[in-house]
Amino acid sequence: MRFASTTARRARDFRAGFFHMSFWLASLVAGAAQADGYPQPGQIGLQEAVTPIAEEMHVFHNWILLPIIIAISVFVLGLLAYVIFRFNENANPTPSRTTHNSTLEVIWTVLPVMILVVIAIPSFRLLTHQIVVPQADVTVKVTGKQWYWTYNYPQDQGGGFEFDSYMVPQDSLKPGDIRLLSVDNEAVVPVGKIVRLQVTAADVIHSFTIPSFGIRIDAVPGRLNETWFKAEREGVYYGQCSKLCGQDHAYMPISIRVVSAEDYAAWLVEASKKFASTGAAPVHFADNTAPRLERR
Amino acid sequence: MATTIVDHHEEHGHPTGWRRYLFSTNHKDIGTLYIVFALVAGVVGTLMSIFVRMELQEPGIQVFNHLAQIINGASPEIALDAAKNLYNVFITAHGLIMIFFMVMPALIGGFGNWFVPIMIGAPDMAFPRMNNISFWLLPASFTLAVTSLFVEGAPGMKGFGGGWVLYPPYSSNTGSPGPAMDFLILSIHLAGASSILGAINFITTIFNMRAPGMTLHKMPLFVWSLLVTAFLLVLTLPVLAGAITMLLTDRNFGTTFFDPSGGGDPLLFQHLFWFFGHPEVYILILPAFGIISQIISTFSRKPVFGYLGMAYAMVAIGIVGLVVWAHHMYTVGLSLDTQRYFVFATMVIAVPTGVKIFSWIATMWGGSISFRAPMLWATGFIFVFTVGGVTGVVLANAGIDRALHETYYVVAHFHYVLSIGAVFAIFAGFYYWYPKMTGFLYSEPLAKTHFWLTFIGVNFTFFPQHFLGLAGLPRRYIDYPDAFAQWNRISSYGSYITGIGLLLFFYVIYDGFAKKRLAGNNPWGAGATTLEWTLSSPPPFHQFETLPRIKDLDH
Repeated sequence: MRFASTTARRARDFRAGFFHMSFWLASLVAGAAQADGYPQPGQIGLQEAVTPIAEEMHVFHNWILLPIIIAISVFVLGLLAYVIFRFNENANPTPSRTTHNSTLEVIWTVLPVMILVVIAIPSFRLLTHQIVVPQADVTVKVTGKQWYWTYNYPQDQGGGFEFDSYMVPQDSLKPGDIRLLSVDNEAVVPVGKIVRLQVTAADVIHSFTIPSFGIRIDAVPGRLNETWFKAEREGVYYGQCSKLCGQDHAYMPISIRVVSAEDYAAWLVEASKKFASTGAAPVHFADNTAPRLERR
Repeated sequence: MATTIVDHHEEHGHPTGWRRYLFSTNHKDIGTLYIVFALVAGVVGTLMSIFVRMELQEPGIQVFNHLAQIINGASPEIALDAAKNLYNVFITAHGLIMIFFMVMPALIGGFGNWFVPIMIGAPDMAFPRMNNISFWLLPASFTLAVTSLFVEGAPGMKGFGGGWVLYPPYSSNTGSPGPAMDFLILSIHLAGASSILGAINFITTIFNMRAPGMTLHKMPLFVWSLLVTAFLLVLTLPVLAGAITMLLTDRNFGTTFFDPSGGGDPLLFQHLFWFFGHPEVYILILPAFGIISQIISTFSRKPVFGYLGMAYAMVAIGIVGLVVWAHHMYTVGLSLDTQRYFVFATMVIAVPTGVKIFSWIATMWGGSISFRAPMLWATGFIFVFTVGGVTGVVLANAGIDRALHETYYVVAHFHYVLSIGAVFAIFAGFYYWYPKMTGFLYSEPLAKTHFWLTFIGVNFTFFPQHFLGLAGLPRRYIDYPDAFAQWNRISSYGSYITGIGLLLFFYVIYDGFAKKRLAGNNPWGAGATTLEWTLSSPPPFHQFETLPRIKDLDH
């Protein structure tokens, strides 16, 4: 996206930044979230949560972790400031010789342990919710390739087709597209249904991420990883490849459109026709004997 | 007859000119070589990072396309693709250079060589000739790493751009068939051999060459930190060497350790790499802990608070640090129980780390603190290390790491503890020991200006990266959606301030040598109680003609 002028863009970014900073602070208190499935200018918090897992992550980060780490940092900063003013050589010319205080040492060992326990309980609960995949309504197989994603919808769920999803190049962007995030073929899933993703890679390691869904799973050649999400609002949600995979690592975004059950059924029919010729090619695994990649 | 006497004297004198350094077996000369080497590598690594920040200052590609034409000789038609590759090559080289050729040589080879023997009252290291080869392997290793930048890596592209973690299959023939990766593997082999030899030397020296009365529990904390570091190096570097050797045979001799089509597993490499890679971050930070402890005690004019707790906290960090490696791999598809264990083990490390932070503050508490430049750096270290430490606790939780893994949040975290933490300790140590090493005083106002420029610069550089990470910007991206522009711009401005600070640093060194303000034995006063301050500045070639006797260091 080319803007009219750098100056104008900067001014806009800064206004947006200040707005979002205050919004973020307010939303932290309210437990609300940022808007939409893509980053906002000047954003300083997590992207909007649209799945129960992402909601749980927001609560865990914004209400438990963030207050604790800010409190600890401010506490240490306060101690340092006090020491600097109270015990500098002008304020305190004669140093004490104290080198031990067992009570204090026990306290600063036990207290962090207790703080960690407070963190650990919701942390383990969240982890379990993320990793244990519930009974899925829809399964989609995703394959990471240099440098695009292939989505495969299985036959037994009305699919039986696969398609490639490339980033929209800068010179083909249409109004409403987002530079570096919009793709030519979005993956489509139904709202409010549990979607299981099976993720692998065909050449090098990639990583499939959608911040709004709270999911991130590496696409590793020779492995079929899985994760799940249940998107609770319709819309388009974006992510970007998150494992360094070569020169176009920054140019293979992920885009999932969440639609109603009816629209999903209609899309399946349409997509079956549109992508029928693609067929279901087997996954290609990394291989020593593979010919060198084409020069680009 | 006269000639015989002269010869006899030359045997006991020390070589001069280039022989003094090339053939050196003297721990102080080798330490100086390490420090000079680290300065040179540090400049190269910093320049790379500033180019990266220049590129990221605005969305789009505007710097690396020109760099690719200059460095790689890429033709204008493929300049954009070459730029994307060169960016990855730069971040890879920046990471490897800063770790293997800047922080490790400065802290372990440089300050460790210089001051461990003196602090324990030994005349030199246990194996002086091995000390020489430990150093001279490094320039060879660095040469291989630099060569790798200019040969083919990915098809049609120069250099290896897979990140310092070297994950296959990008680092195997699938992603980088060219010889750049082989050069890099051999470079790391040499750097690893150098570090293992150095570590053996430190362990032997510390266990066998302490002066009478210098029991383990009377050793200065800097020596303790080097002892733990040396053990970590000896235990983990061979694992890295094994992993990259397997990668080398995968690439060149048809094995398939990391190739699923032959029964191998790319994740095996990640486990082996991080079995080394995680202790490596403690290898970088433990000597920094040691330096900070010495400096805080010296300038507070108080002995270290809770000496035994401080020493054994480092031992605990070292031991637990060996068994937390897979917290770098939460997203690879590890089972629930595996992730639970690594979350638990990782959080445990926060406890001894907290003990260290609070003990440093308690050392300052009640002290009579003189805020000379080294103390400024050390105080700054405590704060930035705390900030980097608490974000580490956040990342330890696999549940929230799901959102932050491989984003700028991680970049902010490890630069707060390493780029700011370890580097602050390097500058702190440099200013602290500069009078001892050179015999001259540095300029206090200039050194303080250097601190403030760096402190402001690095915080502007890395603090906004927390925001970028939370908002979802993946790391290792040459271009980003326009929404991320604002914090990236501020981050870039910060790096320029830090760059100016670095220029000033070199002027401070020059100024110290030019003005020749004599330091005397101990410029720091009553707080400086370790043995190096009992010697002249710079110390005699073999510091202790008769071994010092240690009575009571008042811990």
